[in-house]
Amino acid sequence: MIVRMRFGKLGKVRWTSHRDVARMWERALRRAKLPVAYTGGFSPRPQLSFGLALPTGCESVAEYLDVGLETEVEPALVAQRVGPLLPRGIGVVGAGQPEPGSASLQEEVTSCTWDISVMHTTQSELDGALSKVMGAASLPVLRERKGHVVSDDLRPSLFTLFAQHTDGEHGTRLVAEVGTRPRGVRPAELAELLGIELGLARRTCQWIERGGSKFEPLDVQPVVCAVAVERAS
Amino acid sequence: MWQVGSTLVGQMTSSLWPRIEPLLAQVMKPARYIGGELGAREPLHEPGRVAWLLVYPDIYEIGLPNQGLQILYEILNEREDALAERAYAPWTDMESAMRCAGIPLFSLETARPAAEFDVLAFNLSAELTYTNVLNLIDLAGLAVHSNERTGDAPLVLAGGHCAFNPEPLADFIDAFVLGDGEEAVGEISEVLLEGAASAERSRDELLRSLARVDGVYVPALYEARYDGMSLSGVVPRFRDVPERVEKRAIADLGDWPHPKQQLVPLVEVVHDRLNVEVFRGCTRGCRFCQAGMITRPVRERSASQVEEMVRAGLDRTGYGEVALTSLSSADFSGIEHAVSSVINDPQCSGQVSVSLPSLRVDAFTVGIAAEIQKVRRTGLTFAPEGGTWRMRQVMNKLICEEDLYAAVDSAFAQGWRRVKLYFLIGLPTETDEDVLGIAELARRCADIGHRYHRNVTLTASVGGFVPKPHTPFQWFGQDTIDQTARKIGMLRDALRGARGVSLRWHDPEATVAEGIVSRGDRRVGAVVEHVWRAGGTFQEWSEHFDLGLWKAGLEAAGLSLDDTVYRHREEHEVLPWDHLSAGLHKDFLWQDYSEALCERGIEDCRWTPCYDCGVCTGLRVEHVVASVVPPAGGSQGTGQDISVGEVTAARSVHRGTAGTAAGGAGDLVARRSARSGSRARKASGERNMGMVGASASGGGA
Repeated sequence: MIVRMRFGKLGKVRWTSHRDVARMWERALRRAKLPVAYTGGFSPRPQLSFGLALPTGCESVAEYLDVGLETEVEPALVAQRVGPLLPRGIGVVGAGQPEPGSASLQEEVTSCTWDISVMHTTQSELDGALSKVMGAASLPVLRERKGHVVSDDLRPSLFTLFAQHTDGEHGTRLVAEVGTRPRGVRPAELAELLGIELGLARRTCQWIERGGSKFEPLDVQPVVCAVAVERAS
Repeated sequence: MWQVGSTLVGQMTSSLWPRIEPLLAQVMKPARYIGGELGAREPLHEPGRVAWLLVYPDIYEIGLPNQGLQILYEILNEREDALAERAYAPWTDMESAMRCAGIPLFSLETARPAAEFDVLAFNLSAELTYTNVLNLIDLAGLAVHSNERTGDAPLVLAGGHCAFNPEPLADFIDAFVLGDGEEAVGEISEVLLEGAASAERSRDELLRSLARVDGVYVPALYEARYDGMSLSGVVPRFRDVPERVEKRAIADLGDWPHPKQQLVPLVEVVHDRLNVEVFRGCTRGCRFCQAGMITRPVRERSASQVEEMVRAGLDRTGYGEVALTSLSSADFSGIEHAVSSVINDPQCSGQVSVSLPSLRVDAFTVGIAAEIQKVRRTGLTFAPEGGTWRMRQVMNKLICEEDLYAAVDSAFAQGWRRVKLYFLIGLPTETDEDVLGIAELARRCADIGHRYHRNVTLTASVGGFVPKPHTPFQWFGQDTIDQTARKIGMLRDALRGARGVSLRWHDPEATVAEGIVSRGDRRVGAVVEHVWRAGGTFQEWSEHFDLGLWKAGLEAAGLSLDDTVYRHREEHEVLPWDHLSAGLHKDFLWQDYSEALCERGIEDCRWTPCYDCGVCTGLRVEHVVASVVPPAGGSQGTGQDISVGEVTAARSVHRGTAGTAAGGAGDLVARRSARSGSRARKASGERNMGMVGASASGGGA
């Protein structure tokens, strides 16, 4: 069976990489003595499958992981057993089962939402930059890939961008929903496009859009997210 | 005045974290600086507790797994009168960012400035890290010279294998601890606390009391005397200071089941696995090996304690690999039982692999390896060290050819396709024939492999020998860069076109720089300082290593490579470490050196009569070995007739063709621990000649 878990990555641990997080899960699952399924072949690996990679330095309250288990275990029990064994800052938000026959997280997720704090920029400056970017027909960026310089258009991946002002210490914030195809857009790339200085970036949602409806990979109550945030700080 | 916790008074230290975190977006691998490992403590700094900052002078990924540091970290944090945090050398990008932002060296756990600790204690595992030691003292905001540190500046201590010749760091370190630190750190904490509450105590008085702790060497209390250019003695300046400092040795490793809570890092580090030390010390008596000489006697852990530590450790950490560590793990009395108890434990069946660093070379060992590595038989490493039997008698690495070829045959027969062999060049009495013996041996081993597989890789890894203090070869003059380069060239020529053989070697220039420090006296301190001031940190790393800096430093100090590195020492010459003792009699070492020159090996005293090296008698400790007989099938001086070791390869190649097995998980079984110099530590320091003849054979691995 596959158990899908939603987890957060908050605080100091955000400086670890996506691969580091994968290893943290492997060790925690082994310690929890859960019947994790292993791949066969030359070098057996636990069957773990993560969604979108989270850039090092970013926080998230919406990371997903599919774990293959050899026997049936109640998803809530999996979360309960493994949760306390994860490093500080990695918190399980919820667990369930993906729809039978659904594709992998990596294939299914079509967009994600970021909440980004913006440094040294007023709301009106940010609004100006946003309308310029959203008004552009294309936003080509040059990137080196496998030794070749290629040009990517980021515009099709920008779904919605808006500025939000709060009275708190974070001041101006940018809320952005960006697509994953043909390629995703990292917060650092967004900042570069907008000409702003990037503060803390936190992924708040991942979305699956299919057949005209849009939903999250797992149904969890947002109140649990708040608990996860608290645990990390 | 020096007082414990003086920085606590009137200033509740605030964490530097808010200032550190903004730097992390600018540097590579920022997780090096966040701590947060499973097993890490966040101790409460309070009056009455001596605050130790344990510092490893290389990057996090290299330093974190260090077991010595982790053991002391636990022992100190278990005490009521002490606490410990850790720091590692920030990589150059982070160091620049920190210096720009005015952030000093800080502890990982509570991000506290290093200068607010009572003690900075460095782990000295490799000579080329010394410039990093100076850099870290400086980054802590302290004067690098110990005599310029005054008042309540933290004490700077150092320990580890390199402390057995501390003289090159004598000007910078306040006190060294020789030998096992388990007991000494507690005694030092007690001295630091003594009278801390009442009387005012000067820094000098404090150092005098520290010198009364067994195993503690306070260099400032000794004067180095010279007769012209040569050292005539290092003598105490005061009557209450011991003439000779003896190392510490714990009597029973079983009393110290540490680390109980090995640190599990959030990022990938070297040796990223559970490590359980099965014994300490080694009496194989390899004459080049400093670790084997200075850690005597052999003190085994009981098999049941090993099993308990493995079981509890795997449970706690979630690691999928455990290493049973020591200087020669196949010699552990309970080795077969310990290995099979892990492999056959239903809890970890198929998902936990065992690795045995530093394997002996024989078929018995390959048998254990085969049991461990049921599937992924990727690579197996052995260290015959010498290319000819004659040479191996000289170095007392008594692997007869029969055993060596049988081990290699058995490895290939059981499915391994990659075998790595370690060799040293530049040992006493070495001839060109001995050097070429390495090529011959490598070629024969590859030939054996080709009887079983179409493609095999036989890697011969060659390092230049650096003579080390407290070994029988401490008198021997090291090879020059040109000599080493010529020998490597000979090997390259000899192996050109050899199918399946790949030659790797350690940079001869780095070997020489290591030699400057290895046997240097107090004057070499100026060289280390020169290299550091010229920006020469991370000299263990090939991208930063620069022999030019070392040469300039020698010149500025009025020293030469000829005298410090290449010269043969004389029998009665004063050596810079004569006032320090690893328990070994100097005349035993000289006698053993003489035996070497006569090509005579000696047996392992664990199972044969005592040679009176001096350790057990002098330190009143004894071997703790469960088995009264040598392990089965062993060579290397375990009861074999050591006068014969040379046989032709043809006699043994058809032996030991056990069937290949399948199923399970594994990794490189036989990894080598850094013993003589740095050569095993970083692949980056080795230059690869590439797969010799790879194009003809279509490649190996």
